Amino acid sequence: MSHFEAMADAYSQAGGDPQLLVLPTVASVVISGNKVLSAHAVPGVEFAAEEQPNGVKASIRVLPRTRLATPVHLCFGVLPERGLQEITASYDVGEDADVTFQAHCTFPNAVEVRHVMDATMRIGRGAVLRYTETHFHGPAGGVEVLPTARVVVEEGGQFVTTFNLIKGRAGTVSLDYVVDVAENGIAELTTRILGSGQDRIKVAETIRLNGTAARGLAKARLALAGDARGEVIGTTEGNAPETRGHIDCVEIVRDRAVASAIPIVRVTDPQAQVTHEAAIGTVNRKELETLMARGLGEEAAVDAIVRGMLAG
Amino acid sequence: MAKPLLAVDGLRLRRASREVLRGVSLAVRCGEVHALLGLNGSGKSSLAYALMGCTGYAPESGTIGFDGKDLSGLTITERARLGLTLAWQEPARIEGLTVEQYLAAGMRERRENRMVAALEAVGLPPARYIRRTLDSSLSGGERKRIELAAVYAMQPKLAILDEPDSGIDVLSLGDITALIRRMAGEGTATLVITHRDELAEACDTASLMCEGAITQTGEPQSVREHYRSRCRPCDALLGRMGPDRPGLSEEANEKGGRA
Repeated sequence: MSHFEAMADAYSQAGGDPQLLVLPTVASVVISGNKVLSAHAVPGVEFAAEEQPNGVKASIRVLPRTRLATPVHLCFGVLPERGLQEITASYDVGEDADVTFQAHCTFPNAVEVRHVMDATMRIGRGAVLRYTETHFHGPAGGVEVLPTARVVVEEGGQFVTTFNLIKGRAGTVSLDYVVDVAENGIAELTTRILGSGQDRIKVAETIRLNGTAARGLAKARLALAGDARGEVIGTTEGNAPETRGHIDCVEIVRDRAVASAIPIVRVTDPQAQVTHEAAIGTVNRKELETLMARGLGEEAAVDAIVRGMLAG
Repeated sequence: MAKPLLAVDGLRLRRASREVLRGVSLAVRCGEVHALLGLNGSGKSSLAYALMGCTGYAPESGTIGFDGKDLSGLTITERARLGLTLAWQEPARIEGLTVEQYLAAGMRERRENRMVAALEAVGLPPARYIRRTLDSSLSGGERKRIELAAVYAMQPKLAILDEPDSGIDVLSLGDITALIRRMAGEGTATLVITHRDELAEACDTASLMCEGAITQTGEPQSVREHYRSRCRPCDALLGRMGPDRPGLSEEANEKGGRA
């Protein structure tokens, strides 16, 4: 099996469709360790990638007014049991462009793998970027994932991102996103992580609503079991008139797991409004009994509730 | 005479030092539609939770027989698998769980046409609702209808419907009674808990509950007349039921009066 085929196989384990990585009409990039295995550009999307000793430095540019009917597919991964992958990526989405990125990060055999993602993103005036990142970590829990993103959403732009890590063991995750939103811009950040064993999960999301009527939503969903630990720090700032922000955190804990949530709400303009809600604890008794009254066993009912929360 | 499907005898339940069920005895026959009328705070929902085996509602004494079996000590799941279920007055919202998954959860065998029929029976267009999730994007009325659809899809032997008419517009009372009758036609007995006597009209039998006890059982018309003419929130009820406030649902009272 070639290196590309092995990555494509791992990509499918993470939930991706490997056929999409070879279609010439679909933009895609496949990076394994520090190797760029393939890169398909389409009109309006430009890639540049440079291999580094421990990873890849990449830039992705979406030209102004580009509107792609199909998502851009990104595949990052490390196949050996041990390794380091440092991805430095810059995304530039031009004015009035509208694109969706679907990134899959796969570490199916990881025993001791460190994956560092350092991204900068600019979403131009009136542009829309939907960025979904889905991880697959295998059963050993030996992955350390350190994604950071610094995002600028310009006037009227939209940034909608989802980070999913609900297959395999999370390992150690420290996610740190900071988003600055200009006038009439929108930022929506959703994080869903399933932790178990000795997993350590930290989610820090900051949305700064700096322009008039900017909107922001930071939503975190963690389900923790075993001896896992989870911490969510959601910061939202309302720094301009008519800005509206909301932090929404739900964490379900089972066994000996420990969860915490720290919402930080900061308003520097009297016409701004930022709210937060957090629910941390065991599975909601009423939800559980509702499903049990339909005949589900307790374990199946808990599983349905946790899966639902992570899918919602 | 055939044994009743549900036979409750002398059920007593104490919660937070007050007696909420005081020797309840009740029988529901196979396929029967039985109304349980009573004012808010009279103990109707507590009886429903005790029958279903909900946490915190284990009776102090008395027996619950269902389809010839003693339910004491059985879990909610075990009771449901025997054919007993409950549609909550204020149904839970379960984030991310689709209507389809929820309906399928109660069905022994997943059948698409049954799910479609269940949603149509409660006036929800299946194509528009089957992929919706049971979260706060649904209105209270929509959630309530889905609860009834889930019970219909399940085809239990006995469905306890706790205030099925609350939170749904009055015009759809007819839909609810049609659904209950349809369920009866398929062999499902129903215990309809309500404080609105109009709903009792569509039932075969009615019982009146007051201060944690069944005070009357008989023809719906006579029970309904008694309820209309005699039952008012009274000082005795307010005093004996502790901090409960008539006008709030029993569930809200359970939560300490928070609506």
